[in-house]
This record gives sequence, structure tokens and C-alpha cells, in this order.
Amino acid sequence: MTHRRRQGRALQIASIAGIGALALAGCSGGGSGGGGDEPLQVLIGTSGDAETNAVQAAVDAWTEESGVAVEVVVASDLGQELAQGFAGDIPPDLFYMSWDQFQTYAADDYLEPYAAGLDNAGDFYPALADTFSYDGELVCDPKDFSTLGLVINTDLWAAAGLTDADIPTDWDSLATVAQTLTTGDTVGLSMGAEYARVGVFMEQAGGGLMDGDEVTADSPENVEALTYLQGLLSAGSLAWPADLGAGWGGEAFGNQQAAMVIEGPWIAGALENDFPDVSYQIAELPAGPGGQGTYTFSNCWGIPEGADTADDAASLVEFLTSDEQQLAFADAFGVIPSTETAAATYAETYPENAAFVAGADYAVSPVAFPGASEVVGEFNTVVPTLATADPQAILTTLQGQLEDAYSEVE
Amino acid sequence: MATRAPATARVRRRGSTRGGETAAGWLFVAPALVIVGVFLIAPILLALFVSFTDWNGRNSPLFNDRVDVVGLENYQAITTDDRLTRDLFGRALRNNLFYVLLVVPLQTALSLFLAVQVNRRLLKAKGFFRTAFYFPSVTSSIAITGVFLFLFQASGAVNAVLAWLQVDGPNWMADPRGVVHVLVGALGGGQPGGWGEPGFLGQSAWEWAAGPSVAQLVLIVMAVFTTSGTFMLLFLAGLQSVGAEIGEAAIMDGASPRQAFFGVTLPMLRPVLFTVLTLGLIGTWQVFDQVYLTRGTPAAATLTSPAYMAYDQAFTENEPGIAAAIAFVLFLIIIAFSLLQRFVLRDRDEPAKPFWRRRPRTIASADGGVAQGTARLRAGPTQKGVGG
Repeated sequence: MTHRRRQGRALQIASIAGIGALALAGCSGGGSGGGGDEPLQVLIGTSGDAETNAVQAAVDAWTEESGVAVEVVVASDLGQELAQGFAGDIPPDLFYMSWDQFQTYAADDYLEPYAAGLDNAGDFYPALADTFSYDGELVCDPKDFSTLGLVINTDLWAAAGLTDADIPTDWDSLATVAQTLTTGDTVGLSMGAEYARVGVFMEQAGGGLMDGDEVTADSPENVEALTYLQGLLSAGSLAWPADLGAGWGGEAFGNQQAAMVIEGPWIAGALENDFPDVSYQIAELPAGPGGQGTYTFSNCWGIPEGADTADDAASLVEFLTSDEQQLAFADAFGVIPSTETAAATYAETYPENAAFVAGADYAVSPVAFPGASEVVGEFNTVVPTLATADPQAILTTLQGQLEDAYSEVE
Repeated sequence: MATRAPATARVRRRGSTRGGETAAGWLFVAPALVIVGVFLIAPILLALFVSFTDWNGRNSPLFNDRVDVVGLENYQAITTDDRLTRDLFGRALRNNLFYVLLVVPLQTALSLFLAVQVNRRLLKAKGFFRTAFYFPSVTSSIAITGVFLFLFQASGAVNAVLAWLQVDGPNWMADPRGVVHVLVGALGGGQPGGWGEPGFLGQSAWEWAAGPSVAQLVLIVMAVFTTSGTFMLLFLAGLQSVGAEIGEAAIMDGASPRQAFFGVTLPMLRPVLFTVLTLGLIGTWQVFDQVYLTRGTPAAATLTSPAYMAYDQAFTENEPGIAAAIAFVLFLIIIAFSLLQRFVLRDRDEPAKPFWRRRPRTIASADGGVAQGTARLRAGPTQKGVGG
């Protein structure tokens, strides 16, 4: 009896000690960037297995070369996991930094400005270098990019009696083909009801939300852009995906509810998975009264400010943004390389995506200063009502909100 | 007995030194205190501190040169500053208020109804029904939200059923119109003059009167569907501790079944009702999962809640100070609503006492009622016998 009780006590002590050890291990496990023999931690937000495996393979190749161990961690909610890492003072050594959060992070001194010192600093597209510059200095290397193009369903196009010569090059021809393609359950054109799509028409009109340091949301050009879209909406040749019962433009396109959509290169993967029978081609967005215009969206490789491992991480970035490596990524998961030379090679290898690359020459980055995302989010709730709303009133409200937010940054 | 005596004596002797006992007591509660302190009290105090600072989310908010105490600035940003953040907070409060006002009464009524049904003696397959009604509560709310989004698509199952009934269903999740606005519009009315001016928290009177949006109705139906099972269990436990005899006794005394339920059984369920309403209020004011999952949908602006907005401010806008301020305003709102419903549900037989000195009636204290009822039940047949 006593023997068994003693045994029980010993077990109890052992289990408590075990739990204690586990707890301590759990606390120390989060630390990174400290000890020399710990692997570099790379936090990525992945589009799927293809991307994860490609990044893992590239990182392994670099480890072979440099002898520095690297651990790739896939985030399920990148923004939140980054914020937690920074709040706990244990950010990952290298991470994806999205264009819309970059200015906020840079303004709060989260990011090590390593990029200007690297040899390849001058190789990137100027629009991308602009996106990831803070106070005139390139902070982090863009890892790849996407632009918006006009995705055309070639079967519906041919069925409507249209040829390659009819591919729209200006607003009038876009309105005409959209009207021609609108039949029965299919609308001619669709796109997400948000600033990141509607805004390209402002650029094409020669407007935009910002002009240097000035908020220009209520400019006549922007009014013209929204009025043009309103005309398409009331003609029935443009409809938002939600009104077609689709979650986003790609779904409306795949369901053949829209003959044309404005989307980026990511639509290729989605169509291949869900709608393999839909044949399509990509054209550049038509020019408006102010010329051509599209948006770029990109991530950069962020390094936390003041990290001990910044040198290793920067040399890993240099490896990952080399032309050769970027073309391997393009091959694996369809992104467009961020350097001009690699992008040119990409356009030759994948002529079907050449229109996206061509857009990079005149593309701009959407507005993303700290605090802008709240205002843009509010604008996105108004866009679905554009059919019946007053464009001038929408833009006047937007102007006020953007000015408030921008004055906070100054 | 003889062998135990020395042990008792020893315990007594040790017990005379109270200090040792106190120390042992503290030792035994220490693990619980440490866990509650580290994981509950400290984070709350830290959040309260953060709500008064301009911390940007980098490093610790404590002992950090870059963190300044800014007083009430974060609270002003969501209440008095004439800016977008304040308007968004006003809208989130408005949305959540409609949600609370509809979900709490509906889920309470439905769960009470279900509890009464599965408590019937004559009901066959009680176990089946109890499990079936409880089932939505054990399913993850994320999964259920996903299913509901599919059901309520423009061409989804719900609209297909409505089509059989010759009803043209709305595009549920894409419809930001408030139901009151829709009704007023259907009756040929419009926005009354002067109702469009920005009012309390930046929302116009017309917006405050909008009612839940069509999209929010979906979330409301879902919340009622998922939570009523849990509360049914609480009511069921209450009904069983009250017992059927009391209702029967009331019927013997000449009450109709309806009178017996509303006049006798329901008042005895008041402690359970109090619990259900309190839990319901807290749960609905903190709604987050469904809002998080429906962000980015066309009517998302009519679905936001303060809890979701706190998340958004902390992780998207990098404004942990404003996020903490929202959390504490939400805390005050929940306290206020809990006190209000406590006041409404107060026992009117008791003399008025300040609320902090009054104890809510528990099932145990309701026992006197049970005893009385049972006594009356026993007396019932006798009286009848005498009468006959």
C-alpha cells in the first residue's frame, strides 16, 4: 500500500516536472534572431503548395551555398501573425510584406531599410521601387508583382462575331464590345466592386486619389471615370460579381456570366482549378482620355528593423530576387518577376501573359499611406451603389476622409 | 474508531497554529491565482493601459521610450472626433444593437419553447430531439457560417425554396438595405426631411432607424439557430428542478395550461431566465466569428461589430490603442445592459435594495416555492375530496 502510494507520488512529481519543462520549452521556442545556431525564420503567406514548395526549394539551395539554416513558416493570417511577432519582440527574420501594409509598417519603424544597399537596387521596375520606398529610400526588395489586365472569354467573343481587331483600346470601344457581348444571362464586363479595380479608370482618365502630397479624390477626371462606369452599369453591360451571384470577378468569368473581367495573373490558377474548359486571352486595359493606366500589386521581402540576423537575411533576399530565382518562381506559381530583365524573359516565355508585363510600364501602385486602408475600405462599401449614386457626392465624401487621414500622417 | 483518535488529536494540535494553516491555504490556491493573474487580470490591466497610449504595436507597451501616454485621445477618436474612425464605430455599434435586440429575445423564446417541448412526459424519442436541438451548438460557428453563406447565395437553396412559393428572394448577403427602410419604401414612404443630417456617432437618424440589413438577418437567423440549443439545456434543467407537480397543482386550482405556464412555471424559472438573458447579451455584444468570415462581402459594412472593429484596428490599422479603447467601451456597454436587464427582472416582492446588496434568486432559494407547490398538490385532492 505504502509502496504504491510512494510510486504514485513519484509519478506525480515526474509529470509536474515534465509539464514545467514543456512550458519552458514553449516559451523559449518563440525566440528567434538571437542565438547563432538557430535557423533563420522566414514567414510567408502562401497561395498554395506550389508556392510553399518553390520557396522551400529556393531556400534550401541558398542554405547549401551559405551554410545558414533556414526554416520556412507558412502563416494562415500573415498580418496578424506579423503584428503578434512585433508586439512580442520576436518577429520573423524575413517575411512577406504586402504593398497595402508597407507604408504603415515603414512609418512605425518596423522595417530595416536594407534594400538601397544591395547591388540589385536599380534593377526593379520604377513603380515597384516606388511602392516600397519610404522617405525616398528603397526599404525592401519587391519579390514579384501583378498588374490588372482585361481577361476576355474567347468563345463568347467569337460567338458575338468579334475578332482580334475589335479588342478595345479606348473607353468607347470598351463600351461598344461590352454592349455587344451582353446577351441573356451574360454581361459584357464585370470586376470587383472596389477601389483596386474601379481606381484604374480614374488613372486612365488622368486622375487618381493622390497627386504627390495632394489629395485629389474629387478631381473632375475622377468624376468622369465614375460617370463612365455608371453609364456602363445603367446600360447593363457592366455588373458587379455579387449581382451575378459570384464571389469575385474570376468566378463570374468562369461561370460565363461575364464575357470580360478586369483581374490579375492570379486568375489563371483559379480558372485552371475550377473552370478548366473556359478559354480566354489577356489584353491590356483600354486607354482613357488620360492615357493608359493600371495598378500593380506586390509583396516585398521585409526584414525587421535592427535584427541581428539582418545581414544573413539580406543576402538571402539577394539570392531570392535574382533573375534566375525569380524566373523559377514564375515557372512554379505564375507570378511576374520584379526586375525588368527577368520580366522581359518572362513575357517571352509566357506570351499569353505578355499583356500583364506590358502594363508594368505605365502601372502605378494604389494609394496605401498609413490610415488610407480605412478610407479605401469605406469607399469599397459605396462602390456597389454606384449605379444609382451621385459620383460627385461619393468623391466629395472620399476627399474629406482622405484629407483627414493624410493630415494625420503629415 | 480507537485507531483514528490519535490522528484527530494531531490535526487539532496543528490547527491551533493558524498561521501554518493560512500559509497552506495560500499554497493550495496559488496555482489558480497565478493562472488567473497572468492570463486574465494582467492582460486586462495592460489593455486598459494601452487604451491610454499611442503604442504602435512594436515591442512591449511598458518601459518603452517610444510609447507616450495620450490620455483620452483614443476614446475621443471613437466618440467625439468628427472623423471616419468615429463613424465606423458608430456604424458598428448600430449594427450590433440591431443584432442584440433581435437575437436575444428570439433565442430566449425559442430555447424556452424547445425546452418545454422536450420536457413533455408524453414525448417519444426525447433523447433524439434533445440531441437534435443541441446539435447546432456543438458545431463550429465557422463551419455553420460557411454553410449559411452557401444556403443564402443569390441562386442558393433558400431562394430556390422561396421560388417554389412564387417569392422572388433577395440577394441576401449582398443586400445592405435596412429592413425598416425596405418596409417604408414598400409602403411608398421615403426618408423624412432632416433625418439625413449626421447625428449621434456620425450616423444620421435615418441610419439609426434602418433596422438590421437583409444580410444581417441571415446572421441573426444563424445565431438563433446555433445558440438556442445551449440555452434549451439550461431551461430544461430549470424545468426539471421546478418539477411538473406545480403546474399540475395550478391546473387543479383551475388555471388553464397557458395560465399555469405563464403565471406559475415561468416565474419560477426566473433565475434561469436571468442566466440565459445575461449570457445571451454578453455573447451577442461580443459577436465576432460571423463578422470576420463575412468581411469583404458586398454588405459587410452593415455586419460589423465593435469586437470585429477592435480586431481590425489592432491588426490592419496598427492602432492597438484605439482597439483597446473600443474593447473597454464595449465592456461598459455590456455592464450597462446587464444591469438594465437585472433591474427589469428584479423580484418585485422583495423590498427595494441597492442592486449590489441583492442576491439573484437561485434555484435553491426558489425551493420554498417548490415546497409550497408540493404542499398544495398534496392538499389538492383532499380539498376536492371534501368538496365532493
